[in-house]
Amino acid sequence: MEPFKTLTSTVAPLDRTNVDTDQIIPKQFLKRIERTGYGDFLFFDWRQTPEGKPVPEFVLNDPRYKDAKILIAGKNFGCGSSREHAAWALSDFGFRVVIAPTFADIFFSNAGKNGIVLIRLSETDVDTLLRNAETIPGYKLTVSLQDQTVTDDGGFKATFEVDPFRKYCLLEGLDDIGLTLRHASELDRFEKQHDNATWLHAK
Amino acid sequence: MSTPKTLFQKVWEQHVVVEPQGEPTLIYIDLQLVHEVTSPQAFEGLRLAGRKVRRPDRTIATVDHNVPTTIEGRLNIVDQIAAKQISTLRQNCADFGVELYDVDSREQGIVHVIGPELGITKPGMTIVCGDSHTSTHGAFGALAFGIGTSEVEHVLATQTLPQSKPQTFRISVEGKLPQGVTAKDIILAIIAKIGTDGATGCVIEYAGSAVRSLSMEGRMTICNMSIEAGARAGMIAPDETTFAYLKGRRFSPQGAAWDQAVAEWSKLPTDPGAKFDRELVIDAATLVPYVSWGTSPGMVAPVTSSVPDPAAAGNELDRKSFERALEYMALKPGTPLDKIAVDRVFIGSCTNGRIEDLRAAAKIAAGHKVSTHVHAMVVPGSQLVKAQAEKEGLDQIFKEAGFDWREPGCSMCLGMNPDILSPGERCASTSNRNFEGRQGRGGRTHLVSPEMAAAAAIAGHFVDIRNWEVRDEVNA
Repeated sequence: MEPFKTLTSTVAPLDRTNVDTDQIIPKQFLKRIERTGYGDFLFFDWRQTPEGKPVPEFVLNDPRYKDAKILIAGKNFGCGSSREHAAWALSDFGFRVVIAPTFADIFFSNAGKNGIVLIRLSETDVDTLLRNAETIPGYKLTVSLQDQTVTDDGGFKATFEVDPFRKYCLLEGLDDIGLTLRHASELDRFEKQHDNATWLHAK
Repeated sequence: MSTPKTLFQKVWEQHVVVEPQGEPTLIYIDLQLVHEVTSPQAFEGLRLAGRKVRRPDRTIATVDHNVPTTIEGRLNIVDQIAAKQISTLRQNCADFGVELYDVDSREQGIVHVIGPELGITKPGMTIVCGDSHTSTHGAFGALAFGIGTSEVEHVLATQTLPQSKPQTFRISVEGKLPQGVTAKDIILAIIAKIGTDGATGCVIEYAGSAVRSLSMEGRMTICNMSIEAGARAGMIAPDETTFAYLKGRRFSPQGAAWDQAVAEWSKLPTDPGAKFDRELVIDAATLVPYVSWGTSPGMVAPVTSSVPDPAAAGNELDRKSFERALEYMALKPGTPLDKIAVDRVFIGSCTNGRIEDLRAAAKIAAGHKVSTHVHAMVVPGSQLVKAQAEKEGLDQIFKEAGFDWREPGCSMCLGMNPDILSPGERCASTSNRNFEGRQGRGGRTHLVSPEMAAAAAIAGHFVDIRNWEVRDEVNA
């Protein structure tokens, strides 16, 4: 996993609430067995007409946001299906940060495992940033994970909460299985005892 | 006396492996269910790292998302990418020693249907699956939740997951359910009330006399859609109904082990006086049959009401989403819901594809005919459900009424197999999500109970099931 320190980037405003993972990556792309190459299919049904023509008014087709690595959206972003393909698609497309008032739980976890920094800001701040990204040409934000701040050149500054352990993993780009295996002996001990509970056996 | 504990706390505490300072708790996973769509990259990760599946005996696999629901379709899967995903799972299960309920198994089915019916799902367990509707298994008093593919790999390798402790939220539905109001209506009402992010970060415990009165099938319907309210999981305390359901199932304990298991499971219900972070009480008498009208499972209204007006939305962003939903659904504010005509009907899915759901739908369908402009399909949740339904003659009732009787799978719940809506088609569906394009690009989904779906198939539009004329008694 690629470590995350700070990022300054243009910002793509997606002014929708309850953006579900079926929209982020539609089901037809879930049949692949690879972990890479999902970026082309990000928001597929919103980016293209059924005939395969780009939908010009959709934010990711707007040349102003071509290089954006930060996405801003309404509340409950990433709700619905557990598909990690949603995180893979965002990451493969180039997004490293998503800002929204709230995120769905499973998506939140999936994003973290793929080095995507999810930032919860107030609805008022998100509204401000959506408006700025829509109206100010070349509008950029700087995200510092170390300082837990989101800033712009015009004096906007917001701080965000992040779980200290999640922060540490994102800063260092750490792999979860490796972290868990630090506790291998505790796990062996627990498992031996726990296996005695036959009423919790699968078979 | 020790501090009173909730059902969730008891299950959680019995699974804590280690609580490292400043890190998430490492919890032990009793059972991982695996399917073809969210597992290939996880097995590949194990291979790349030279790891094996730690506990094949706590891992079960089946194919459900991609499999066609016609016999011809299953014998020769035309979609080569889907076929590859299925054969990849087959290879992975063989390589890593995981038991697979394959397409030709008489116990194949939707992962959340077969776990319970085989007695693999048990009270007090921790259960995960790379599928958000894993919350279904919470109906047995298990802590069951959906995970992403990186977590699937983590559990395959370590049989554990690092988890931050969720909050607890008790929703009590008290009183007697009115006639025609089902478990599906209970959960749709809850989501409409608290919103699609109303339980984010929480494990919900469903309680109250209306919940207690439900069968296991009904309880599973409710827990299944917990994720649609944003919850990490949903749980219901095990009781006599739970034990009666589990007794004698293939992987249920037998003999003395059964008695011991029941004794242990009986300790799980929430202690009197235990504290929840949040509480909500709903009066069952206020519930009615519901229909979803929008593109989010919170966009739900009583069948007797009309499509609401976006002007009622709280803020600008909500109003925009509201307007977009109505545009996608091709609906106008003020249209009575029972005037909305449907093209397709889908009865099935991990939400409502169990035997009791099919019995309920058959009771409505018996002696009637599907409307000439509707294509209606019934997709049993598993081979065992299908066999039982055929034993009871439900398939005959459906076929005589003009329903299409199919092979088990996820089918039209998510459109990953040949069962999809065409653009613009409107569907009454017993599934769980009405997202844009969920059942096929441009398709319009209305979530309802199995009874409401069957009635819509016959009438050609939504109807208030409470006024339905039941013609033939079904021998069930």
